Amino acid sequence: MDLLRFITAGSVDDGKSTLIGRLLYDSKSILTDQLEALERQSRNKEDGEIDLALLTDGLRAEREQGITIDVAYKYFSTPKRKFIIADAPGHIQYTRNMVTGASNANLIIILVDARNGVVEQTRRHSIIAGLLNIPHVVVAINKMDLVDYSQDTYNNIAIDYAEIARTLNLKDVTYLPISALKGDNIVERSANLPWYEGDTLLELLERTEVEKDVNLSYGRLPVQYVIRPQTDELHDYRGYAGKIISGIYKKGDAVTILPAGLRSRIKAIERGGEQVEEAFAPQSVVLHLEDDLDISRGDLIAKDDHLPRVEQEMEVLLCWMDSKPLVGGNRYLLQLGSRTVRSVVKEIEYRLDVNSLEKDYSTQQAGLNDIVKARIRTATPLPYDSYAELQVNGGAILIDETSHVTVGACMIQ
Amino acid sequence: MSKYHTDYLDQLESESIHIFREVAGQFEHPALLFSGGKDSITLVHLALKAFRPGKFPFPLVHIDTGHNFPEALSFRDELAASIGEKLVVRKVEDTIRKRHLTEPTGKFASRNALQTFTLLDTIEEFGFDACIGGARRDEEKARAKERIFSVRDEFGGWDPKRQRPELWNTYNGRIRKGENVRVFPISNWTELDIWNYIRREQIALPSIYFAHDREVIDYQGQLVAVSPFIRLDPADEVLSRRVRYRTVGDMTCTAAVESSASGIDDIIREITATRTSERGETRIDDKVSEAAMEDRKKNGYF
Repeated sequence: MDLLRFITAGSVDDGKSTLIGRLLYDSKSILTDQLEALERQSRNKEDGEIDLALLTDGLRAEREQGITIDVAYKYFSTPKRKFIIADAPGHIQYTRNMVTGASNANLIIILVDARNGVVEQTRRHSIIAGLLNIPHVVVAINKMDLVDYSQDTYNNIAIDYAEIARTLNLKDVTYLPISALKGDNIVERSANLPWYEGDTLLELLERTEVEKDVNLSYGRLPVQYVIRPQTDELHDYRGYAGKIISGIYKKGDAVTILPAGLRSRIKAIERGGEQVEEAFAPQSVVLHLEDDLDISRGDLIAKDDHLPRVEQEMEVLLCWMDSKPLVGGNRYLLQLGSRTVRSVVKEIEYRLDVNSLEKDYSTQQAGLNDIVKARIRTATPLPYDSYAELQVNGGAILIDETSHVTVGACMIQ
Repeated sequence: MSKYHTDYLDQLESESIHIFREVAGQFEHPALLFSGGKDSITLVHLALKAFRPGKFPFPLVHIDTGHNFPEALSFRDELAASIGEKLVVRKVEDTIRKRHLTEPTGKFASRNALQTFTLLDTIEEFGFDACIGGARRDEEKARAKERIFSVRDEFGGWDPKRQRPELWNTYNGRIRKGENVRVFPISNWTELDIWNYIRREQIALPSIYFAHDREVIDYQGQLVAVSPFIRLDPADEVLSRRVRYRTVGDMTCTAAVESSASGIDDIIREITATRTSERGETRIDDKVSEAAMEDRKKNGYF
C-alpha cells in the first residue's frame, strides 16, 4: 500500500466540497456520528437534503460565513492506497492557500463546471499547477447531469483544455465526466455516461503511478541535526541525521558537503537505529562519513555523481503571501530545507498575470497573492537545484525577520 | 514494484522523524507532551528512531489532571525509566490551589479545560519554546486545519486566520519572545495508521487498550468507568462489562467500548469495521458544541 497526496482546485460553485464529500461518502470513509452531525447541520439549512459540502467546512467562523479560509486536510484509504486530500479554496484572493496545498501534491483535480466550460479560474488553477510542477493533472468535468450528460459538451471542454495544457506544458493530463452531486463516475461507474469508457475518479486516484515522481538519481541529504552521544562507549560517534530528499546512498559512495565543498565517503548508514547497506528517498537516516569534518545543520551532503548548483544569485518565481508588499531591495531570511540564509530581493523583473500568463514589466512591487519573477542574492552560497528539475531542492520560503512570518514561496529557476 | 518502493507507513514514519529533527534543530528548549495514550507512545517510539543512540533533546512532560487511569500512569513511569529519558510531571491539582481556580462540578466534572492553565504555567516555568504533541488531523475538524508547526501567542492561543503558510517540507519555527510553537509530527496519520504501525513495530501499550472486565455505568449510550471522579446517582446502575479503551484521556471524559479484543489484530479488525469515529465513540467532552475543539484551541489547549 502506498500514499497519494492530491489537491482539489475549484470554488464552492464548481462543486468542489461536494466532490470531496462524495469521495469520502461513497468510499465509506464517513462514520455514523460524523454523518449525524452533518444531518443536524443540514437541518438548519432550507432544503432538507444532506449537504455533503458541509463535511469539508471546518471552523465555525467558516460555516457562519459560508466560506473556506484555509487549507484543510482530509484522509481516506482503500485497500490499494492511503490518500491525503489538501482542500484549498479557489477564490482569486486565495492563491496563497492553493500554492501551499499544491506544494506537496502528487496530483491535482481541476474541476470544471460543464455548463460554463473553461473559465478564467480554470486557467488560474492550471497555471498554478504548472508553476508548482504537480506531476499529474485530472480535469474533472462536473455537473454533467445539468447538461444532459452530453458527450459533445464534454468533448468541447476537453478540446479547450488541451490547448491550456499544451501552453503550460502540463505533463500527465486525464479527463473525465462526473457529477459529484449525483455520484456519477466518482466511486461508482455511471449508467448515465455510457459513452465514457475510462476510469472512475477513484480508479484514477488508485492507479496513477507516483513511484516515478521520486527522483532516485541525484543524491541529496540536508543535515538537520548532528547526533553526538559523547558517552564512554560512543565517544567517537558522530552521525548526520537527515531525510534523503532524492537519490540513493550506499556505503562507500563519494559525497561532497556543500556549500563548503569538503569531500568524503559514506562509512555507514543507519535507519531507525539499524545499520543498512543502502538507503533512498524519502527515508530518514543517519549518515556516517569516513573523514572527521566540520559539518552542521544546514549543510547538504550531495553525491558526487551529480552535484547541485552552489551560488549566491538566483532567479526565482515567487508567490507573495503577505499583506505587506514586497519591494525590490527588501531583505528576508531564505529557508531551503534545513538551511536558512539572509537574502535580499534585488529586483522584480515582471509580474505574472495568473489568468492570462501575460508578463507585466512595469511592476515595481508584489502584493498578496501576486506571482513575480525576481532575482535574489544570498549572504552565503546556497546549494540548490532548479525547481523544475528537482522540486525537493528548489523550493524555498522567505521569512520576514521582524515578524517571523512566512511571506513568500520561491521556485528557483 | 521496484526495490526502491516506499510503503505508506514508512513514508509517514520518515515524515514524522523529519519533523522531530526539525524541532531539535530549530529550538532551544523543546518538550514532548506525553499523556500515556497510544498517540504519545507512538511519538516516543518515533523520537527513539530520530535520535538514538543519542539522548532526546527534550524531556517528556505530562500534565497530570489527577483523573488519569492508574494503568496509564504506571505505564508512563515505566516507559520513561526504561528508555532513560527525563520525565516532568506537573499537576492540575497544584495549579488549582496556587491559582485559586474553581473546580468544575457535575456528574462528570472534567478538569480538561483546567489543563490549559497548568500547561501554560509549565511552559513558562521551563521556558519551553516548542511543545510536541500527538494530535492528528483526522481526529476533528479544527485539527484538520492546524499546521504541523503551529505558532501560539503568549496565552497559548491559536488564531486560525493568522496561520503561516506551510510549504513543501519546510517548517518555519521562528517566534517572538513569549510565543511558542506546538508541533504535531503525526498530523497526517489516521487512527488506523497508528494501530497498523503499533502492530508492525510491536509497540507496547497500557493494558486498558485491550479487553478487560470493568465496572461501568451506561450514560446515554456511553460506557463510563466507575471511579472516585464521577458522581453516581441513584438511577445509575453499575454494570460489569468486558471493555477496552479506544482513546485514553481522563476517567471523567473518556468512554469505553464493549469489546472482547485481546490483541492488536482483533482491535484493528474492530476499528476497520466500526462505523463510529474515535472521538465520537469515546469522548464525552466533544459533544458540548460543534465547535468545542476550535474554542479550546483558541484558548491555549493542545
